[in-house]
Amino acid sequence: MTATIQTLEPVERPPTTMGSRLDGELLEVSMGPQHPSTHGVFRMNVALEGEIVRKLKPVFGYLHRNHEKIGENTSYLGSMPYTDRLDYFCSMTNNWAYALSVEKLAGIVVPERAEYLRVILAELTRLQNHVSLLGFLLNDMGAWGTPLMYAFREREKILDLFESLSGSRMMCDYMRFGGCRCDTPPGWMERAKKVVDVFPRFLDEFEKLIVSNEVVIARTQEVGKLSPELAINAGITGPMLRACGVNYDLRKVDGYGFYPRFKFRVPLGDHGDTYDRLMMRVLEMRESIGILKQAFEQIPAGPVMNPKVKIRAFRPPVGEAYGRIEAPKGELGFYLISDGGTNPYRYRVRPPSFINLTVLEDLCLGHTVADVMVILGSVDIVMGEVDR
Amino acid sequence: MIGTGILKGMAVTARNFVGSYFEKDRLITVQYPEERSALPENYRNFPFLIYDTDDAEAGLRCVACKICEKECPPQCIYIVKSEDKKPDYMGKPQFYAKVFDIDISVCMSCQICVEVCPFEAIKMDKVFELSRRERFDALLLRKSDLAKSNTYYHSICPTDAPEVDAKLAQAAAKKKPVPASPAPAGAAPATAATPSATA
Amino acid sequence: MESLDEIKARAEVVVSGAKIDIVPNGSPSQQLSLLIDNEHALAVARFLRDDPALTLDFCSNVTGVDWLDRTVKKTVKVKKTIDGEEKEVDETTEEKIPGYLEAVYHLYSMTQKHGPVVIRMRATDRAEGARLPSLTPIWRSAEFQEREIFDLYGVRFNGHPDLRRILMWDEFVDHPMRKDYREPDDYEYEPTPHDDVLDRAKQHYAPRPQLDGAEQITATDSHG
Repeated sequence: MTATIQTLEPVERPPTTMGSRLDGELLEVSMGPQHPSTHGVFRMNVALEGEIVRKLKPVFGYLHRNHEKIGENTSYLGSMPYTDRLDYFCSMTNNWAYALSVEKLAGIVVPERAEYLRVILAELTRLQNHVSLLGFLLNDMGAWGTPLMYAFREREKILDLFESLSGSRMMCDYMRFGGCRCDTPPGWMERAKKVVDVFPRFLDEFEKLIVSNEVVIARTQEVGKLSPELAINAGITGPMLRACGVNYDLRKVDGYGFYPRFKFRVPLGDHGDTYDRLMMRVLEMRESIGILKQAFEQIPAGPVMNPKVKIRAFRPPVGEAYGRIEAPKGELGFYLISDGGTNPYRYRVRPPSFINLTVLEDLCLGHTVADVMVILGSVDIVMGEVDR
Repeated sequence: MIGTGILKGMAVTARNFVGSYFEKDRLITVQYPEERSALPENYRNFPFLIYDTDDAEAGLRCVACKICEKECPPQCIYIVKSEDKKPDYMGKPQFYAKVFDIDISVCMSCQICVEVCPFEAIKMDKVFELSRRERFDALLLRKSDLAKSNTYYHSICPTDAPEVDAKLAQAAAKKKPVPASPAPAGAAPATAATPSATA
Repeated sequence: MESLDEIKARAEVVVSGAKIDIVPNGSPSQQLSLLIDNEHALAVARFLRDDPALTLDFCSNVTGVDWLDRTVKKTVKVKKTIDGEEKEVDETTEEKIPGYLEAVYHLYSMTQKHGPVVIRMRATDRAEGARLPSLTPIWRSAEFQEREIFDLYGVRFNGHPDLRRILMWDEFVDHPMRKDYREPDDYEYEPTPHDDVLDRAKQHYAPRPQLDGAEQITATDSHG
């Protein structure tokens, strides 16, 4: 077969130099739902001028699973496994928030050992959540999985504890109205103490990867500054708020559970930028270790469940209640309206990640596209909670 | 000097790498499926029905009370009650389940069916290697797939199973009439009988 | 923090013409709420945020609630004279309450660390005309949550900077969280143990074509 050289017709191509066509126009990019760094199916419509962000609109709803409507059609007990799946990293604190709201609604008292267990599990959850967040953030900044794997190595130890206690690593379904589902198996407390004793050494090592690393400092300091007035007005809660310097930690303000019995400090940030949000999580982890050590000493023996609470056909009195806790991501609240039946009339989740995203546009304006990922990583969202 | 932070980070990585040859704590990969890590006793994944004797049909503890079907949050249990009765472990005639299906593509292993069952008939299994070639019919477990013996339950839950057995034996001892009097068929006279001499 | 009666009294003084009621709450949580009328809601909210004794600067939660028309039966013990004797009789009154859509706001104070103060606003038109004033100019945390109430309940907020659907896609028509929402028959197309859903779905599909012998062909036929 002889080859013939085809003659190509000259094609009129439009000019592509920056000066003529793109000057003065904004390029709209969809940092789309399938993205390795957006922490789930999350989309941002970004209008760029070169590399600088001029407008940013977040788009949610890709993981909307109708959690609130399911809650209206399921009994109070039946909604407890669904709360595990809201913020799927922190199932124990989700369970606690829901159990707290129902206990407020129905006026149920929780025995002492159950309250101590709840505190221990919530602080373990906080440890594993913050450490994986730091791992993911370093991953997004280009460290390609190494700090993430170190973080997950420690997280696995905590998840093994959850598995031997509740039966499942992530979807624990452990808290009940009036206490906890079952008591700890023999040897659990010693294993938990060992995990908590080893953690500070790991944390020292992990901090060396973050705190003085020049790349991290250059990419996170003075990036995404949030002023305290805007933070309070926009309803930001959690470590993001405390990084701006506002002293509002629900464990101190509301004093739910037995937190008033523990001595711990609340770390506050000075600048409100991404570096402060990172350091906030590191310091909170150290405080959590302190609380855990105190709880391990103080926990008494006793029942873990209030015997007067019915498991089936649980009917709280007619009324409403709003209960909230300091979840690792912010203030997680449940608003329940009861009409006296077995299913709630209105079941509402106040998701911290959703409301923390209100200021995403304000934080990203004027920064480059690469900074958007770093800022989003420091806001700490989980789409299961944002979309419910 | 610029770059000291990065060098410190690299020292951490190097320590982890070299340490993984010496410290067991740093090398955590389990070579599945040749090695398996031990499952803790409380681990739960998908329910199963218990039968007491060797007969999977006659010894099944389930009496088709349908409480688990009602309480299941994703409604993955499907029960059809039988029309006739057969005697249970205490000798009392009870209904049984003609059809008992659990759709494990829907089941979320929340364990609520186990908590609400008044007869200790349904417990949580530990199986997780359940891959099938087909999505719908193959993932619907019927009564024959779900029924497993009490000895199996003892082997997977060594601490919980004897407690369950003790509880059932206690319930049976309370209701059983005194052995000297003729044992009546049916329920009512058991409560009217005199309390047993061994109590 | 002062009680709800005192807050109500002071708010009615500062914002003249405001009609505020206290809604009771039967549960042990004792979280009573203030029902505010729609014209003065913005002014009352500004008072709640800026008043130096209250400084409710943190709007924690904005919820939408859908109440259908309902009748509430109340049984009261009433003294009645029957045949010349005074007796206590149970009298049952039936009260018909028309339906409405409600927005509930939970307010806390970050500066003074007290709360919650719960305020409610009601829109009685459950059809297209449900309008409520938006409190986003006062608390920015209401921005996304009011959008969610619009998306899932259909309540439009006047004065909201960007009112469009947030969780459902933009072309979606109905409002899913309403109590009278009927889900489409064919949204669940996988075989499930729940036969009635499948039966409803099957009505929407065309009948399967006749088998034409294609099922006889097996995989080995195509290889030579």
